[in-house]
Amino acid sequence: MNGSESILDVRDLSIAYGSKTVLSGVTLDVRENEILGIIGPAGAGKTSFLQAINRMDAFNASMKVTGTLNFLGRDVRAWRNAYALRRQIGVVFPLPVGLPLTVYDNVAFAPRLAGKRSRAELDEIVERCLRRAALWDEVKDRLDSLGSLLSGGQQQRLTIARALSQDPVLLMLDEFSIAVDPVTTMRIEDVLKELRQEMTIILVTNLVQQARRLADRTAFFLDGRMVELGSTESLFNGETLFPETRDYIEGRFG
Amino acid sequence: MRASLSTDRIDRAWIVDRIVQVLMFLGGISAVVFIVGIFVFITREALQFVFSRFDVVEFFTSIRWAPTSTNNATYGALALMVGTASVTGVAMLVAIPFSLGAAVYISEFATGRSRETLKVLVELLAAIPSVVWGFIGLTIVNGLIIDVFDVPIGLNVLNAGIILGLMAAPIMTTIAEDALKAVPDRYREAAEAMGATRWQMIRRVVLPAAKNGLVSAVLLGVGRGFGETMAVLMASGHSINLPTSPFDSVRALTATIAAELGETAVGSDHYGALFTLGLFLFLITFLINLTADVVVRGIRNS
Repeated sequence: MNGSESILDVRDLSIAYGSKTVLSGVTLDVRENEILGIIGPAGAGKTSFLQAINRMDAFNASMKVTGTLNFLGRDVRAWRNAYALRRQIGVVFPLPVGLPLTVYDNVAFAPRLAGKRSRAELDEIVERCLRRAALWDEVKDRLDSLGSLLSGGQQQRLTIARALSQDPVLLMLDEFSIAVDPVTTMRIEDVLKELRQEMTIILVTNLVQQARRLADRTAFFLDGRMVELGSTESLFNGETLFPETRDYIEGRFG
Repeated sequence: MRASLSTDRIDRAWIVDRIVQVLMFLGGISAVVFIVGIFVFITREALQFVFSRFDVVEFFTSIRWAPTSTNNATYGALALMVGTASVTGVAMLVAIPFSLGAAVYISEFATGRSRETLKVLVELLAAIPSVVWGFIGLTIVNGLIIDVFDVPIGLNVLNAGIILGLMAAPIMTTIAEDALKAVPDRYREAAEAMGATRWQMIRRVVLPAAKNGLVSAVLLGVGRGFGETMAVLMASGHSINLPTSPFDSVRALTATIAAELGETAVGSDHYGALFTLGLFLFLITFLINLTADVVVRGIRNS
């Protein structure tokens, strides 16, 4: 892997709910093994962007997506099996969603969907994913208790372990730290830094400094359009040509 | 300082609050009062018989229910119990797939107008009087069974079971659908985001999460089956029999009480025997509900 190939190629993407356009004219590419940060105030269209990628728009009849979203070289809407597409893409939601299953079953969920049945194989996957999500030591003695009984920060790491169990090509995190304490946030950030070796990550974040700490490149979304996309370093060093970006980064609005 | 103790007085809102609390308490306690009242009444009427004429072995093992025999009255209720149980069993075989299927479809697949229409229709179905169902059993299902299975009589376990199953299905559907709706959408989204198909999502996430409600829906159907009288009376053939096949006519506990109670002298052995059947039904229903409660609690705790 040379880290420069494009995993996801987005051209002229627009998203509307009914007659209300929430995102228009977005063109960007996501490269293999990078962390792409997406920052911007609430309502900028960041979450809709993620939903379009793994075709979660299928659940919202009023959501309309136009443009092209080439994932691994094929437009996501041209994928005949949307389920197979979603299995390649891990998602972490803003609020942790522990499925009403045991810790073990939460992590074994996706592998089981993929047809893995052998207990030994599942055991191995569960342990590996929980370790990589920095949760194993805390839950190894209660794998059989309900995932929803874990603390908020633990649940969020559980959802990361779950996303990893899919062995995804692309991992998308949507403001994962919104309901997580700062210590856990830092631990998850460390996890992401390591995961970068193995997968591509899109990190939508409400914390500008989080993008600065983690992202290789950062895109700034505002009011339904992408203002700019550049290397995180240049963006935060004030090399931006756009006053909105500078104002947002410096905390003048948001 | 603007605040003062002059605001510390019993005002209208305080009084209304107290009155409402008392009224709500009475509403809540009334359920207990009625249950205890009914139990005491049935038991009192039954006890006289239980202490004088009752024979446990005969009651539970004999199929001879001949309370009107002048020189040798017998009170064997086994056939009646098996009659009720067999009809309820067939009813559940019919009702569970129908109601769970309908509930899953309404909750997970149907959208917009078709969904609302379906819900209204299901509720309408639940409102059909049981005597109408009995009539359908007596005429349509009876003829169907005779034609399809080539048997002499169509009023039997199968007929009553089908009718009872169709009767119980709507209310079971409604309760099961409520249980499915109570499963938060974020579970569905999370599962689908992981690449679960609709059916995988339903089977692995939604159904397990709704298990409590689904179990209560089924047990409610069983309770309904034990308690239903008119339709079973009309469709079962009402003849005392230990059924060996679904095509045998049977008689149910409830139907026996309904058909015979009007003909008995108050205080007679026969009268007491019918109340004993009632007490037995009451205890069975109580047991079913208790089981449901324990099961649901067990699921909740684990």
